Formats: sequence, structure tokens, C-alpha cells
Amino acid sequence: MQAVVTRRRALVGWLLALVLVPAAHAGLPPSGIVLPRPSPHTTPHELGLQLYAGNCARCHGSAGSGVPNEGPPLAGVGARAADFYLRTGYMPLAQSGEQPHRSRVLFTTRELDALVGYVASLGHGPPVPRPQPQRGSVARGMTLFAQHCAGCHQIATEGGYLPGAVAPPLTGATPTQVAEAVRIGPYLMPHFSERAISNRQLDSIVAYVEHARRPADPGGWAIGRVGPIPEGLIAWFVAGTAMIGLCLLAGGRLHR
Amino acid sequence: MRWLKDLLFAGLLFVLGDGKPVEAVEPIVPPGPPDRRAERIVLALLGLASAGAIGFVVAYAVDPLPHRTQYLGLALGVSLASIAAALLIVGRRLVVTEELAGPYPGREDHAEDRSAVERIVADSGSRFTRRGLLKAGAAAAGGALGLALLAPLTALGPVFSTTPFTATPWRRGRRLVGEDGAPLRAADIEQGTFYTAFPEGADREAMAAPVIVVRLDPSQLHLPPGRAGWAPGGILAYSKICTHAGCAIALYRKPTFAAREPRPAFVCPCHYSTFDPATGGTVIFGPAGRPLPQLPVTVDRSGVLRAAGTFSGPVGPSWWGVRSRKAQSG
Repeated sequence: MQAVVTRRRALVGWLLALVLVPAAHAGLPPSGIVLPRPSPHTTPHELGLQLYAGNCARCHGSAGSGVPNEGPPLAGVGARAADFYLRTGYMPLAQSGEQPHRSRVLFTTRELDALVGYVASLGHGPPVPRPQPQRGSVARGMTLFAQHCAGCHQIATEGGYLPGAVAPPLTGATPTQVAEAVRIGPYLMPHFSERAISNRQLDSIVAYVEHARRPADPGGWAIGRVGPIPEGLIAWFVAGTAMIGLCLLAGGRLHR
Repeated sequence: MRWLKDLLFAGLLFVLGDGKPVEAVEPIVPPGPPDRRAERIVLALLGLASAGAIGFVVAYAVDPLPHRTQYLGLALGVSLASIAAALLIVGRRLVVTEELAGPYPGREDHAEDRSAVERIVADSGSRFTRRGLLKAGAAAAGGALGLALLAPLTALGPVFSTTPFTATPWRRGRRLVGEDGAPLRAADIEQGTFYTAFPEGADREAMAAPVIVVRLDPSQLHLPPGRAGWAPGGILAYSKICTHAGCAIALYRKPTFAAREPRPAFVCPCHYSTFDPATGGTVIFGPAGRPLPQLPVTVDRSGVLRAAGTFSGPVGPSWWGVRSRKAQSG
């Protein structure tokens, strides 16, 4: 009896570990952040400067000058890049040179606004884009997405892999972030100028990404939208087991 | 209408019987004990099968119905599974069975039959007078047929014409146009992004038509000898078709911070063959066996990109002898 209880406890412990460890991992920040203690009188620019000095300057240098082998200069990247990298949780990065990935944003909205404003003030750079997906066409967006984006991010916007990098899934990206990423080209992604993809075309691409997040699933249950894998699993494990069971049944009859 | 009435009457008679007692004859199969419980189960299963089938019709008729596909599958599945289960029970519990055992004849028991068959085969050939020649003729026909079946294999090698594999629509002076048909201007080609271009006025569906155009820092280029002047201002053009399996190379990776991130490269999405544009399209990763063919470009007086010749090698997936061939001008 004692052994059974212990085993059950161990099982519960394992299950808890299975659930909690990834959860805790997902919740961890990419690195700690340094928070100044602003007074109510601190101007947004000062707050941005303090946050920049505490969290960004080690790699991006003072006033966005960049540090060789640590981080690129930020003077002139504008509000567009700062808005993207900070609101996706891509920055601050735990280790210089690693691929930034979407993680929990540790700054408050006020701090984010201040920091984006400060980085934008470092040089003359592009503003945050304002895509209007309702003006775009999903069908045209799909064609453009297939042409420019699906090679890495897959036509289902589920992301993918390429040598040296992970193309992230776009399911968590806001329309603004999709537009920003197209123009900036974060990490190893190429950037696309307005000549390559016009703002109107970008609206369509954003409309398609929005649509792909919640597709109509006309074929029935999507089962995680991982393609033919669920069907294969059912064929192999459910139908296969049933077939083996039938064979055993038939064989058992012959032996009797 | 008369035939309908007859049909109904015949059906009723078939189901209910005519009431006359059946003449008793000696049974071939000995009678078994009745099993009312199994009968009830079979009836219940048949009822379930009918319910499932009717459910299918209902699910088909109701409009709109969320998850209709699933309900249709479920109803049909229940119906078919119930029929299968009913048949199983009928077979196992209700049909009287008997098992008969007997010895299986061994090989030697057929010795007489075998020698008879051998003699029949031998005797049937009495009309042949030129056996050797006929055997040779049959062998020749079989061999020739085998050869015919193997003939398509020659498509893998340079035995016959390989001209279609090396033909390209590119020649000196042909302009590069974008997907919208507008000529590509050197001044518009930026670093950190990529462009797909086609030969102006030629078939875009031809294998060698599409090229990828990128701009790199000229100081980073280490092109093979003999390619001086192929990349004016660091603008490089390569065939968009992977040399491994012929997929379109849709991926261009470029570092945001070159000091710490992987170098610029073309990546084929099919099998991750990775080509370095800075060194003449050499393979740096993946299954491709030869570099991506480079297209020499020049900038004309009006700033438009033009081909300065044809590719550095045959375009498309590799085949036997591909390395000994040159790309043709179109």
C-alpha cells in the first residue's frame, strides 16, 4: 500500500514538473532589466535615457553609437525598430549575437514609450508604421506572402527553420509588428523597402497574416494545424492497433 | 402502379412467409441450441446501424450545422461499425459451425501427378523441329524488350541531347526586369534584401529565366578568378534554381549585426542547401553538389542592369556530366 502511494506521489510530482518547468521557463525574462526609480517629475526623455543607460548601452553604446562585436549602432534606426524589438520582448537580449525571440515584456507601457522615444531621438529614423489590414485583400496578401515570406515562415505562418536561425511563427505578431518586421528585417530576415513591397501590398500581407491566424478550417477539425500528422497518427496508432487486434482475434479463433 | 403492388405483396410474403409449414427433411448441419440473448444483441446493433444511417441523412439535411463533416463521419461510422459487430455476433454465436479435421497430403503424395504433368509438357513440344533457333529467338525478343524498358535511363546521362538542360534565355545585353516587368535599376538595389528578376522579353517559365539579385559590400566579395567585373558595385545575380533538386531559392538570410551573426546566404527551402553569394555561389551547407550558377551583370548608361553574358554553369538540378557542360546563350 505504502509503495502504491509513493508511486502515485512520484507520478503526480512528475506531472507537476512536466507542467510547471516549461511554464516557469516561458515566464523567465531573457535577462534581468535595470529599472531606475523615476520621480513623478521625470520627463519621458529622461526616463528613456535612464532605461537606455541601464539596459541597452552595454551593447549599443552610449547615445546609440554601437559597440564593436557587441551590438549594432542605434542612431538613425528610428522609432520603428525600437518599437518592434522592445514590444516583442526581443530586446534586451541575454547574450549578444544570439537570435532574439519573442518573450515577456518587462517594461511598463510608460517605460516602453519613453525608451522608444529616446531611441528615436538618437538620430533621424523612420516612424512606427501604421498598417491598415482592412484596406488590403486577403487573396492578394496570400500571393504576396507566398512570394516573399512563405519560404521561411511557411504559408500557414507557423514559422520554420533555416541554417543558422529559426523563422518565428507569426501567430503572436500584431499587425504593426508584422509591418515593422517586413521593413526592418530583424536578425537574419531580409528587409523589404517600399519599392519591393508597397504600403498597399503590405496592408494585404498583414490582412493575410491576420486571416491565417484564424482560418476557416473548411476541412473539419484542424487538430493543431500540423498538417497530415494527426491523420497519420490516427491511421498508424488507432487503425493499426485495431488491425492488430483483429488479427489476434482471428488467430485466436483458429487456435481454439 | 400494378407492378408496385405486386412488388409490395412479394416483399411482404418474403418477410412474413405464407403460413404453410415447411416440409421436414433430414438436416445436413445438426441443429444447435437457440440463443435468444445473441439475437437480441444483433437486433439492437442493427437498430443502432439504422439509427446511425438515419442520423447521417439528418446531419446531411440540417442546414446550417456546425462541424457537419464530423457528424457525418460519426453517423456513418456508428452505422458501419454496428453492422460489422452484428455480423460478427451472427457468425460467432448464431450460425451453427462444425470443424472438420483431416490429414494434409504431403509432397510425395503428388509424385505421380508431377511426373504426369512433366510428361504432358514434354509431349506437347513434339511439333517443334528447330528448338535451338526458337529458344534463341525468344531470348532475343526478351532481351530487346528489356533493353527498351531500360532505354529511358539514358535520360539521366549525356548519351543523347543535353541541349535543353544547358539552354538559357540570357545573353549579353539583355535587361533584367522585376516581377512587374519594370527594368531593375542599379541604384534601387539595396543591401540586406533580395530581388527576383527575369530576362526582358523572354519566357519566364524557362528553368534558367529567374535570377536572384542582391547587393553586398564590394570589399566582402571573393569571387572565383575570371569573374572580375561580374558584380558592379557589389551587385550579384545568381540563378534562382537550386543545383540540388531544382527548387526555387526563396530564402535570403542576411545578418542584422554582421560581427556576431551568420554571413549572408541563399537558402533553398526544400533541403536547406545554402549558397554563399560572396564567393561565387559556393555551397556552404546542405545536399547541393555544385555552386549556384552566377550571371554576370553590367550597368548600362541609363543605370539599368543588363546581363553581361550567360551563367557560369548549367542551371538547374545536377545530372551526370553536368560539370562538363557550359550554359548556352539564349
